[in-house]
Formats: sequence, structure tokens, C-alpha cells
Amino acid sequence: MTTVVTRRRAPEPPVRAGGRRRVASAALKAERRAGLLMASPALLVFTLFMFIPLALTFWYSLQRYSGFGRMRFIGLDNYAAIINDATFWTASLNTLLYTALTVPIGIVCGLSAALLLNRWMPARGLFRALFYVPVVISGVASGIIFLRLFDPIVGILNQMLTTIGLPAIDWQGNGTWALVSIILVSTWQGIGFGMVVYLAALQGIPREVYEAGTVDGAVGWKRFIHITWPLLRPTTFFLVVYSIIGSFQVFDVVYVLTRGGPGTSTTFLVQYAYDQGFNQRRQGYAAAIGVIIYLVVLVFTVLQWRFSKSRDDA
Amino acid sequence: MSTALTSVATTEVTAIEEANATLPKDEERHQPRRVVLTRVAIAVVAAIILMFPMYWMLRTSVATSDELSTLPVPLWPQDWHWENYTQPWSQYPFARWLANSVVIAVLSVVFTLAINLMAGYAFAKLRFPMRNLLFLLIISTLMVPVQVIMVPQFQMVIDLHLLNSNWGVVLPRLAEAFGLFMARQFFLSVPDELIEAARIDGAGHFRTFWSVVLPLSKPLIASLVIFTFMWRWNEFVWPLIVLNDPDAYTLPVGLQFLIQQFSSNFGPLLAMSFLSILPMLLVFAFFQKYFVEGVARTGLK
Repeated sequence: MTTVVTRRRAPEPPVRAGGRRRVASAALKAERRAGLLMASPALLVFTLFMFIPLALTFWYSLQRYSGFGRMRFIGLDNYAAIINDATFWTASLNTLLYTALTVPIGIVCGLSAALLLNRWMPARGLFRALFYVPVVISGVASGIIFLRLFDPIVGILNQMLTTIGLPAIDWQGNGTWALVSIILVSTWQGIGFGMVVYLAALQGIPREVYEAGTVDGAVGWKRFIHITWPLLRPTTFFLVVYSIIGSFQVFDVVYVLTRGGPGTSTTFLVQYAYDQGFNQRRQGYAAAIGVIIYLVVLVFTVLQWRFSKSRDDA
Repeated sequence: MSTALTSVATTEVTAIEEANATLPKDEERHQPRRVVLTRVAIAVVAAIILMFPMYWMLRTSVATSDELSTLPVPLWPQDWHWENYTQPWSQYPFARWLANSVVIAVLSVVFTLAINLMAGYAFAKLRFPMRNLLFLLIISTLMVPVQVIMVPQFQMVIDLHLLNSNWGVVLPRLAEAFGLFMARQFFLSVPDELIEAARIDGAGHFRTFWSVVLPLSKPLIASLVIFTFMWRWNEFVWPLIVLNDPDAYTLPVGLQFLIQQFSSNFGPLLAMSFLSILPMLLVFAFFQKYFVEGVARTGLK
């Protein structure tokens, strides 16, 4: 390609320095115009539906507003109310607990699946596809599927448990078990994604690294601990941050499976914000919760940024 | 946000291709038979566990509520009640929901594709004022949940008179940074020489983009189409907020409405659930490699 360019450039007639600059600046202007023009639909959409709403969320969070009629400016009252709102703290704690459990489980399952299906075996492609299927199914459909499985009376899970002599579990009436059921479904939905990400990373480890390791006696578990796991660290870090942010957004399955209950034992921050805004019609309050969620997500986004940047510079 | 990861991923993809091309297959297969068998056995067990919920959906979808409430429920259907798949169509506007979902998914794909391909190219290859700042601003919204901006967005949809309309679902969700990020990363890997050559041939920026760069971008387009389709097809929170009229529902919103309608009659509910995910399963079956490539290429979102 380069040769083509130079050959084409060669016969260009010599231009005076000033003329060349004028040509160059005209080209630069054309590029600038084209760039702005091509980026403008995206800029318009993002301004209208992302940046303005983001700014407005802060504004709404300072108001009392039912969604209809007049807004009333109340300063930081919503935030003051949040501090004393027991349900908000329960929802925060639930989100934290859910995150602390789902993220490591997801990492372990995804990595195990990737290690299992990394090297050649019969029907490897089929297994990979099957593990990935839950990822493409809607959260609502997944919720309905598990609603049936977790039914405390006629659900197949309890039927199986009692068949092998274990006590039936009250998946819907007991807060802890309801949370467990949400975690189980999330794990089921997420294994495929973690697997694909780890598989890409595993394929990137050069064969020579393993060969050198084999010479040094690193095989089996030792090889995993001393070679594979350290080399996968950037991937793991990415997945951890990504899953943390993702677990702040779990909504669909909860909405279908437990509705946040029993009581508030599976209410997470996003549910609580939705409930306040669209069921209780406290839109200002919901916006204030939204601001808090936004700040938390922002912290993790920046964290990931800093990490990938420091790795770039290194 | 993860440019580093992207470059890692891109090299990884090429690494895979090279490894596949140069490595003799025998070497790959040279593993002790016992090890391979153990791995297959574990994979089979895992697949059975992971696929059981799917099986149970299909099994339940052909059962009557009587059959499902007499314990123990047989693992294999005794009678096949196919009417579960047909009856809800006449009782509920399922066809409308399907049509709404299709229209929303298709519109979203078309607009997302147009907006993100152009902007991705501009951000990757054309210099214009504040380019990096604008890109950073957009990318910083990559992980913002709908719940953060739902209140003002809802107000906006009301002001635009888009409540209960497909456009009310489509337009606000176009502001999603993922597609733009994916497109930009792809275009960064297009060699500058290629674009320069086209420019020297006298092609303008748009022409270069349209007839030189786009024809090279089929894998990107495929991934963008598939991911956008999947997300919009499965989307729940935002349509739930915008659509209140049962005739305007999408499939996921309609399904959650059916949960109350059918209450304990799970047969038709699961039949409809299966129908709602069937298009997605087919798309996945046919375009599997783009799902995987898409994840790998973008540095995994």
C-alpha cells in the first residue's frame, strides 16, 4: 500500500511553500467538516438522551415531584431523607451482598468453563454454545423459567430435593433463600460471558510460556497457579469490575422472580429507585437514588480506566 | 475505557488464527485419553445442569395445570398439549407484542448501525475539534444504568408525546456508547495507507468511508447488528416505563403481564416464553461466531 502512495505522490508538480500550506489547510478543513458531520448524529443523540438527562437527574434530585403537575424545589431534602431511609440502606446492603457473592462465583464458574473447554475435545464447539445459551435469553423469560423451577410447592427443584431426602426449601418465603435463588439465576445467566472472555485470554497465552514452564516442572495445578492465573490477571480484573457494575443493574430477573421480596430482602438499589419513581410516584427521590447509583458506577468506571491506562503506559 | 484490553483482544484473535493455521492438529489432540474423557464427562454433567432449566421450560410448556400440580411431576410429558402454544394468541394481543418487538429491534438496529458506523469512523480516523474530549465523555456513560436517567428521560418522552409508541422505546436507547466504542476500535485497525490511497485517488471523506472502508467492515457490522438486536429484543426496564397500554407492549413486558394473568397455569406462560426467545436462539445458532468475535474484539465491552 505504501508503495502505491509514494508512486502516486512522486509526479505531483512542485508547489510553492505558501500554496502547499493553503492546500493543506483546505484539506484539514474538509477533514474537520467531514468529521463533525459524521459524528453529529451520535453527538445529537447523546446530548439529547444522555448528557441532558444526566444533568437533569441532578436537578430533579433537588425537587419534590410526582411526575405530574408542579415541581417543588426542596434543596437537599431528598438526600437527607435517604440517609434516614431504612429501606434505602437495606437495598444498599442487599446490593453489596449480592455483588460480593455473585462476582467471585461468576469468576470461578466462567474460568472453570473456559479451562474445561480451552483445549481440544470432542464436541467442544457444541459445549461452548450450550454454555452460552443463557446469555442470549431475555431476563424476563429466564425469570419465568426459574419461577417455575423454584416454586416452593410444585417446583421441580424442591421435588428433587425431597426425592433425595433433603428438606424442601422455601425459595419465596425466606429472604435468604430468595436472595440465593437470584444469585443462582444470575450465575446461570453469566457463565457463558465469563467463559468467552477467559477463552479469548487463554488463547492469547503463547505456547512457549507453557513449554518453558513444563521444563521447570510446572505442570497441572502448579502450572495454573504459577503461569496461567498470573497471566490472566488483566482479564480477571476487567471481569471483576465489569461484573461489579453489572450487578448494580440486576433488575429483570428480580422483577419477575421475587419482586424484591419477601419484604425487602431482595430489593436492590435499582429496584428501589424504580419503585420510588414509578410506583410511589416520588420522582425527585428516585432521581436522588439515581445520582447515588451514578456516583458509585462512576468510581468503578474510573478505576477500570486508571488500570487499563497504567497497563498501557507500562 | 478498555483500549488496552482491546489491543490485547485484537492480538489474541490474530494469535488464535495463527495458532490454528500453523499448528498441526495432532499436537492439539495429543492429550492422554483419560484426561480427555474426564473433561468430556465434566462438560456433559455441566451442560445437563445448565440446560435443565431450558428443558423444563419446554416440558412445562406442553403441560396442563392439573398435570403440573399433581406431585410428583413426571420428567417426561405424558400428554402433549400443543394448544398452550396457540390459545394465548387469541386471548391476548401476543401478535401485537411480537410485531412491536420486531419493529423496535429492527429500528434500533438500523439507527444504531448508521449512527455508530459514521461516528466510529469519525472518532477513529478524522481529526476534528474536541474529538478526544467528546469521545471520553461518551465512553464515560458506557456503564450508566437506565435507572440513573429514567426520571428525566421519561419526562422527555412525555413531552415528545412518545408514550406508548415504539419510537419512545427506540430513540432514548440510541444513546448507548457500546456500539460507538466497538465501531471506533474496529476502524482504528483499518490501515491509514488504505484511506490515504483512496483520498489521493480523489475520493472525498464520505466516499472513502462508503466505498473503501465499509466494505471491509462486514465483521463489525455483523457484531453490531447481532448485539443491538439481542439487547433491544430482550430489553425490559425502559419499555416497562414507556409502555402502559397492553397493545403497545413488547414481548418481555407482555410476558410479565401474562404472569399475573395465568397465575398458576404455567403451560401457556412457558409456551409463550419459549416463543419469545425462539428468534434469539435462532439468531444465536446461525451467527454464533459473531457473538464470540464481538466480545473478543471490543476488549470485551
